[in-house]
Amino acid sequence: MNKLILGRYLPGDSWLHDLDPRAKLVAGVYFILILFIANNWQTYALLWLFTLLVMKLSNIPYRVYIRGVRPLIWLILFTVFLQILFTAGGTIYIDWGIITISEFGLINGVYIFFRFVMIVFISTVVTLTTKPIDLTDGINALLRPLKKFKVPVDEWSLMLSISLRFIPNLLDETQKVMDAQRARGSEFGEGSLVKQMKTLVPIFLPLFVSSLNRAEELANGMEVRGYQASGTRSTFRQLKWKFQDTICLMAMIGLTIALVILRTSGVAFH
Amino acid sequence: MVMEIKLDKVTADYQLGPMRTPRVLDAVDINLKPGTFTAVVGHTGAGKSSLLKVLNGLLLPNNGQVMVGDTVIKQDDNKKALKAIRKRVGMVFQFPEAQLFAETVEKDICFGPLNFGVSLSKAKEIARVAIKQVGLDESLLSKSPFSLSGGQKRRVAIAGVLAMEPDILVLDEPGAGLDPTGKKEILSLISSWNRTKQLTTVLVTHDMDDVARFADDVAVMEKGQVVSHDTVRNTFSNQDQLDKWHIDLPSARRFQLKLEQTTGLILAATCLTEEELADALIKVGLV
Ligand SMILES: Nc1ncnc2c1ncn2[C@@H]1O[C@H](COP(=O)(O)OP(=O)(O)O)[C@@H](O)[C@H]1O
Ligand SMILES: [Mg+2]
Repeated sequence: MNKLILGRYLPGDSWLHDLDPRAKLVAGVYFILILFIANNWQTYALLWLFTLLVMKLSNIPYRVYIRGVRPLIWLILFTVFLQILFTAGGTIYIDWGIITISEFGLINGVYIFFRFVMIVFISTVVTLTTKPIDLTDGINALLRPLKKFKVPVDEWSLMLSISLRFIPNLLDETQKVMDAQRARGSEFGEGSLVKQMKTLVPIFLPLFVSSLNRAEELANGMEVRGYQASGTRSTFRQLKWKFQDTICLMAMIGLTIALVILRTSGVAFH
Repeated sequence: MVMEIKLDKVTADYQLGPMRTPRVLDAVDINLKPGTFTAVVGHTGAGKSSLLKVLNGLLLPNNGQVMVGDTVIKQDDNKKALKAIRKRVGMVFQFPEAQLFAETVEKDICFGPLNFGVSLSKAKEIARVAIKQVGLDESLLSKSPFSLSGGQKRRVAIAGVLAMEPDILVLDEPGAGLDPTGKKEILSLISSWNRTKQLTTVLVTHDMDDVARFADDVAVMEKGQVVSHDTVRNTFSNQDQLDKWHIDLPSARRFQLKLEQTTGLILAATCLTEEELADALIKVGLV
């Protein structure tokens, strides 16, 4: 439970920690999109270099990121596997009807693998270097234009920030309840599936009860302090666009141009 | 049965996200004699709760070892040894009512015994005994634990631990958040189990009056270390050390010091409880 990396924030004072969450969000999503421009080893190499550089800039050791990929590794390998089996082209190494292992299949598999890992790394960079509350503010700011179309952006972002705010509490509490039931002789991850399901009840029920109680307390607390869903809200934390945020976006444009050049000059595989 | 607890240079920390925390227990050596009532005091974050978790195998030492009776907990312990330890060491967490989950009080109390292989009929029998031990009425057994008052929930949770029939009872601030009377009652109950059943007891508390009234020994913790382990009287006589650790005095002792300071009168003994103070005052003819 405590080992989860993706979605966590690690306090620090790197250049990336300092960036505006809007810049980080836009750059992160944009990076995932331009990954699909890459089609040869030159473009992938460039993206890799860029990813490693960004990770370096976060001042967080590489091993933290590697640990972050680990829980997803089976999902990634499974996708890669399918890709290898169902892509044809180039030299055929093995051929069993619809299942073939071919040159293109293998190359494609490798590409997919790296694409996946880069997506995980870059998303992890964004969450590790951004406070959850800043992330919500950033999302809120970026979605604001949707308000014109009657999308309840403020409510969404309130819901998001409350959920994010209580994730650490919930994790803490899960740990405590698990410890308490363990002390009473409960064993987790043992025995048949039915037995394992049964050991979950004494954990989830108390968590459920306390979450409901907390939600009610929070709602009451907000109400007595005059919260109204319809009110216009000012914000205590102001997002400030700085020069380095512009640099961040410029870097993304530079990366795009380099990718497009390498894509056309390099040799594509398909 | 009585059971000795021995910690030998125990060092422990937690996994926190990608990092490990600094040592929360740092080469702790402590020896708790069978049947004693030991209070653990110290500031928030000193490692009191972690010390209790180590006694129960919920936090494994990464150095040193914990001995409970003849069972040893080390770094890489198998589940069987841990389960044996947890049967012997009953652990009452802070705000233990958070662990209640069953539809009825009876089922909740039976949870522990059933996990340790007691038969259902025997477990129900134990539950009836346990609920009376915590001073509640048997009729509550059929109620939902969520329908009870805060103090009642706390007692049911403690009964759930007593029902495991442990040899050692460790409690993490069992009185926290209760009204003064409720708190006093719970502590008196704990003290009476210690005396009548020879139940080795370890109690984490912030209330020095409780320490003075109920405990035999005090362990003072600071920054993951046990900096002192002595009798209650010795501990509270050592004013210089107490100041250094920022540990309060029991209110009777505070009153005595203030009185001695303002009247110039010196009482014969160090008074730790109201009774001792009253006796001493009578002796010097002040009341
Ligand atoms: N589950 C945990 N994960 C990480 N750190 C913890 C955990 N529990 C306690 N700590 C840390 O261990 C230290 C000692 O905590 P604790 O044993 O709870 O002290 P006390 O009970 O004396 O207040 C604190 O610095 C605390 O932040
Ligand atoms: Mg504590």
